[in-house]
Amino acid sequence: MQHRYRNNLGLWGWLGGGRYGFDRYAYALHRLTGLGILAYFLMHIFVTGTRLNGPEAWESAMNFFDNPLFRVGEFLVYLAFLYHAVNGIRLVLVELGLLVGKPGLPSYPYSNSVIRHRPVLVGAMVITAVLVLFAGADFFFLTK
Amino acid sequence: MRESRLWFWHILSAVAILFLLGLHMGIMHMGTVLEALGLGSTHPTATAEVFARSQHLFFMITYIALLGTALFHGLYGFRSILCELSLSQSLQKAIGRLCTVAGFALFLYGTYVAVRVFQMKGV
Amino acid sequence: MSTSKESGKMKSIVFEVLRYDPEKGGVPHLQEFTVPLHKGMTVLDGLHWIKEHEDPTLAWRSSCRMGICGSCGMFINGLPRLACTNQITQLHSDRVVIKPLPNYDIIRDLVPDFDRLFDRHRSVKPYLIRRDRIEQNSPTREYFQSAEELQNYIQFAYCIKCGLCLSACPTAATSDDYVGPQALTQGWRYLADTRDEGIEEHSEALYSKHGVYRCHFAGACSQVCPKGVDPAMAIQLAKQAAFLKSLGKCQDRPGAPVTPPIENWVSEKQVPKAPAPTVVRES
Ligand code: HEM
Ligand code: SF4
Ligand code: FES
Repeated sequence: MQHRYRNNLGLWGWLGGGRYGFDRYAYALHRLTGLGILAYFLMHIFVTGTRLNGPEAWESAMNFFDNPLFRVGEFLVYLAFLYHAVNGIRLVLVELGLLVGKPGLPSYPYSNSVIRHRPVLVGAMVITAVLVLFAGADFFFLTK
Repeated sequence: MRESRLWFWHILSAVAILFLLGLHMGIMHMGTVLEALGLGSTHPTATAEVFARSQHLFFMITYIALLGTALFHGLYGFRSILCELSLSQSLQKAIGRLCTVAGFALFLYGTYVAVRVFQMKGV
Repeated sequence: MSTSKESGKMKSIVFEVLRYDPEKGGVPHLQEFTVPLHKGMTVLDGLHWIKEHEDPTLAWRSSCRMGICGSCGMFINGLPRLACTNQITQLHSDRVVIKPLPNYDIIRDLVPDFDRLFDRHRSVKPYLIRRDRIEQNSPTREYFQSAEELQNYIQFAYCIKCGLCLSACPTAATSDDYVGPQALTQGWRYLADTRDEGIEEHSEALYSKHGVYRCHFAGACSQVCPKGVDPAMAIQLAKQAAFLKSLGKCQDRPGAPVTPPIENWVSEKQVPKAPAPTVVRES
């Protein structure tokens, strides 16, 4: 009897599995943040639905969430949104074929679309970092 | 092709969300930064302000638009992730249908809330 | 400091090779070998040394030993690479850890099962499709194509079907259904070829539920491709083409025509006659 050994990386393959460039981890982070925002958003639809029952119901719902645990959770969702939005703009441009360059005869040393668009990735991460600093200022220092 | 059409809407809705949610997040979270810079004075989460916005036609419309685009974008993304997990074809189909049904149901519920609160008087 | 071990005068290097015996099944394990190192030695040379001197049962696939046949793809020190085009010293490590390419079932030791790769490749119908089958099967002349039109796909035609891209891809890591970077690139290679008329036939798998839209530009395929094919680019160009088409910005092009006969073709008169043979063959 001959056995084949199944060697798919599985979910681990999204996070690691080799010495790959940052783009591959950006992919995993985009998924994670997308799912995070989606989970928050679905909850948010119902929480904001309490407005139906007037200002008192709304305020008691808000009081329920007014504790450090939810504050930190909300902040994480906010960071996820910032990354997902900025990286999302990059992905929209790339996936519509705008930043990948033109095909041609490959000659050594080979370049490729991923290398060519690298400055855009770096730029996107810098913008995300700046926005995260603003977000931190808002959440932890300026909000009373 | 069906998948092409769904994906185009996924991408187009991303662009729409960028503006709609950008506005929402700007108001909710950047208000304090703007205030600190002397560019305005808002307390966006105060109950009075929440209801004032809800009863403004502009906000009602953008909330509903954001609800629809974000539901489509998020649920297509969710389906796309689940489609990449080697699940059985029938399960993948069922997930697709579930996403469609859940999307419509949530859209109706959210729209109902937005319209009813918009119509509320004297709060 | 030298990165390889000194043993006597000869430098040597440790190979850790994944072993799997299909008769026994179970979990594959790493086995160590110490291999003498010489200048210019490739990972493939190291494996040959082990097979000749240490363990004749070690199994892998290779043929051309010059990066052309696409048989020797392996997971070497953290990346999918060709064993024959990577010199050991260029790995900058005193250990060479070799495993079979991930995302394919293991047949034995370092031999991956490529059924998955070839099945997906077949699904995009990777050949010129013409409506006029008679002309295609017994051609009267070549199809017209300019040098510029060739540029649209020649890069993708460099693919040697080594399967490195599919083993680097994070979508392929979880999805058995995904058509994958290699096959999607070949599908686009024919869509971008002006001689092709099989737009619908290639598009079916390319734009299916498990086609180009399951690519999220992780870029690993292009990073590891040994031939500069850039599958990630081909996939995004395929998405772009579908998008522009749906906006009505571009139409399906007609297949390139057969080149017209060149008038007053006088080749026979111009080619000088071969000189008379100076050696007479015995019959
Ligand atoms: C701020 C504006 C947003 C932009 C510009 C944006 C952009 C994108 C893009 C371009 C993708 C496709 C990635 C790909 O296929 O490679 C994507 C995926 C996704 N987005 Fe968004 N998005 C935004 C907001 C949201 C929101 C509000 C949600 C949640 C409701 C969300 C949830 C998701 C999910 C779950 C995915 C799937 C992730 C994946 O397949 O890897 N996004 N987003
Ligand atoms: S695209 Fe590159 S990595 Fe993928 S099979 Fe072809 S040659 Fe190998
Ligand atoms: S042996 Fe042919 S590509 Fe390596």
